[in-house]
Amino acid sequence: MRDGIINILVVGIGGQGVMTAAEMLARTALNQGYDVKKTEVAGMAQRGGVVSSHVRFGPRIYSPQIDAGEADLLIGFEAAEALRWLPWLRPTGVAMVNTLRIAPPVVSVGLYDYPADPIGQLAASGVEVHAFDAGAIAEQLGNPKLVNSIMLGAISDHLPFPADVLKTAIIEGFRAYKPKLAEVNAQAFDAGRQAGHTDR
Amino acid sequence: MNAVVHAKAASRHLLSGNEAVARAAWEAGVRVAAAYPGTPATEILENIALYPDIYSEWSVNEKVAVEVAIGASLAGSRALAAMKHVGMNVASDAFMTQSLAGVVGGLVLVVADDVGLSSSQNEQDSRYWGRFGHMPILEPADSQEAYEMTKMAFDLSEQYETPVIVRMTTRVCHVKAMVEFTGERVEHPAAGFQKNPQRWVMTPANAKPRLALMHERDRQLRALSETSELNTAYVGSDRRIGFVTSGPAFMHVREAFPNAPVLKLGFSHPPPLEKIRAFAATVDTLVVVEETEALLETEIRAAGIAVQGKELLPRCGELAPSVLRPAIKALLGELHEAPKPLQAGVFPRPPTMCASCPHLGPYFALSHIRNLNIVGDIGCYTLGAGHPWNALDTCTCMGASLSMAHGMDKGRGASDEQKHIVAVIGDSTFLHMGMQGLLNMIYNRGNVTVLLLDNRSVGMTGGQENPGTGQNLHGLPAPRVDFVKLAEGLGVRPERIRTVDPYELPTIVKLVREEIKMEEPSVIITTRPCSLTDRFERFRPYAVVEDLCTGCGNCIDLGCPAISVARRERVATKSGKSRELVFARIDPNACTGCHMCAGTCAPAAIVQQSQDSVVRIQPHA
Ligand SMILES: Cc1ncc(C[n+]2csc(CCOP(=O)(O)OP(=O)(O)O)c2C)c(N)n1
Ligand code: SF4
Ligand code: SF4
Repeated sequence: MRDGIINILVVGIGGQGVMTAAEMLARTALNQGYDVKKTEVAGMAQRGGVVSSHVRFGPRIYSPQIDAGEADLLIGFEAAEALRWLPWLRPTGVAMVNTLRIAPPVVSVGLYDYPADPIGQLAASGVEVHAFDAGAIAEQLGNPKLVNSIMLGAISDHLPFPADVLKTAIIEGFRAYKPKLAEVNAQAFDAGRQAGHTDR
Repeated sequence: MNAVVHAKAASRHLLSGNEAVARAAWEAGVRVAAAYPGTPATEILENIALYPDIYSEWSVNEKVAVEVAIGASLAGSRALAAMKHVGMNVASDAFMTQSLAGVVGGLVLVVADDVGLSSSQNEQDSRYWGRFGHMPILEPADSQEAYEMTKMAFDLSEQYETPVIVRMTTRVCHVKAMVEFTGERVEHPAAGFQKNPQRWVMTPANAKPRLALMHERDRQLRALSETSELNTAYVGSDRRIGFVTSGPAFMHVREAFPNAPVLKLGFSHPPPLEKIRAFAATVDTLVVVEETEALLETEIRAAGIAVQGKELLPRCGELAPSVLRPAIKALLGELHEAPKPLQAGVFPRPPTMCASCPHLGPYFALSHIRNLNIVGDIGCYTLGAGHPWNALDTCTCMGASLSMAHGMDKGRGASDEQKHIVAVIGDSTFLHMGMQGLLNMIYNRGNVTVLLLDNRSVGMTGGQENPGTGQNLHGLPAPRVDFVKLAEGLGVRPERIRTVDPYELPTIVKLVREEIKMEEPSVIITTRPCSLTDRFERFRPYAVVEDLCTGCGNCIDLGCPAISVARRERVATKSGKSRELVFARIDPNACTGCHMCAGTCAPAAIVQQSQDSVVRIQPHA
């Protein structure tokens, strides 16, 4: 964090819920009284492309973009995507990574290789890395769509406001629109929060 | 239910620039809004559609949208048309003359420039249109300003009887930021159309006297720009460089140089040259930071003010802090120490067509037929230029495929003698601007095989409705154009109009082969909906039966992203050479059960999973 501004980069692939997670963070920060900007480039994201969403909040935010080397927190919904965006992280930054691997057609047909050990590569760069299989946790809780709440739970102890603030915001969101899913998302958040503390 | 629609004045919301424009239009009393989708502007109308007190529609193209808005304005209604930057090219014929005649109800054109080309065929600076068409330009830098300036634009438009351009960029349209509402809807009832031929019938005799009036309006707007509160100087302690900037570039300047004086131009055309001159006198060096062309810079220099700009900064793309810092440091003769970013090299992840996309079948066919020049158009099917199809040879602008194909036929060169010319176009693009090309080709006895890929959706921009889908912007039933009858009406012989299920691969390959041999235009129309829309029906997924798969790799050539390579094997052929076998697998989470790939598999190794054998597995590398 610099000048009281926190820069969070959420990355993954179109359709994974990257933008929803970033939106949740941005809304919560706004309600906590911060100035907030959130931006993403996801032109053709729904067709399997890279999605990155920048969330910045602090006393006053001008540019919405996070420059290379300026992110405090990198939330990776997919292992190779987290590695792709590593250059955006500060050397003192934290990477929270779902170990899911999704190979695009250019990899599966053999034009490119999927990195053998993306998490290892992240860690070798010296940043603080936490990695876990969010899909497995979601499966245990019985719904693959819980990955979002799990990832938010995982980073909740790296925010400038208490983890419970984010948790409450998520649950209230579900209470308002999908009340049946509120309880299981609360569990997912807690499970993610715990997983986020395991070392890679 | 959208919370913003019912929100009261003084409430605060996290809104994109596009959402902010929609709310502003509602508050400003807009009665008619029209648009054609296009990134990054699409959500402006989608959000306006949430406000029941505004009549809103998807028009068939941007020219039509602007003309609808003009008509509403002449009837006295406040009206808005929204479009992406290239939409202005299409609409320009309408506003170039209406700007001369003027407007009655406030008329605002919201145009979104895709600075950085996140999803466009070019990068163009719409601020030229303000100069060309004598219209004032407001340039918001974030959502709050998009909201405020849109409201102001309507007052300005009515006061000076001119269309007003609100110029957005991707970084305003799609950035979410805090917006505090300052009001609620204020109705502006329409007085009704007042007949006045001298004013509204732009014959040469009537138009000529309007020229002087338009130039007088320019003069008044220039004076207004000098005093407008939208053009504000921010003082700074470090006066070595003072910045003149507009739009989101202002945010980047403030971010990168928090101590520098900045003159922010929200009312950027006509530019307040005297205000700029006074500001220039307070700093050592004046630098213009504008996206993307050197418009302000040229005008400031022409006014005799010393200024720098594009010799320091790029002429394209976003002027982000990472771009500004090294350029300005160099100007100051300082060493710029960029933080050394960490390194990572990862494979590209280009966008692909979706699993079971109805465009896959036609591209499978085109990639298997030789001697074709394939003239393309804009939509999801433009991805057919990429891997694994490599079956699209041009893409220029919406609707160009048919007319360019016709020209390529008429202008055949020596190497084209044996070639067949094919045009590929989507339903929305055909209705936008493609029909004229077909009409022209028929009229002039051309010979092109047209693939009209009707997926009943504007797929590329997120699945909007169009006159071919049977629904309107609000999801209500609407008359649905009959493409077969339309083609026939334009003069295509009925025998040469063929409809085909794009999932039936052998059929579509055969059909394309037949039609390219014809000595007259053919239109092949596909009939399956976009897989991402509600019209699409999912079935149980398919799977590759390992024991039956011979490793021929045919199904991989289809390019369905649900199909991937399970393993490769090198084997010796009878002739003693070696051949690579490619065994496939299907991701059951991604497969929609469309059965298209089964048509590529000679040993019938691709079969639908039975009810109880559906396995959910994690995709892996
Ligand atoms: C003048 C203009 N307006 C809008 C766009 C944005 N745009 C690109 S493709 C497209 C329509 C695609 O629809 P369709 O032809 O039905 O093909 P699909 O994407 O569904 O395959 C639009 C609106 C553009 N490129 N140019
Ligand atoms: S959005 Fe629709 S048309 Fe576009 S690639 Fe996907 S299925 Fe095809
Ligand atoms: S059936 Fe074949 S072509 Fe259709 S979605 Fe499944 S894998 Fe793709």
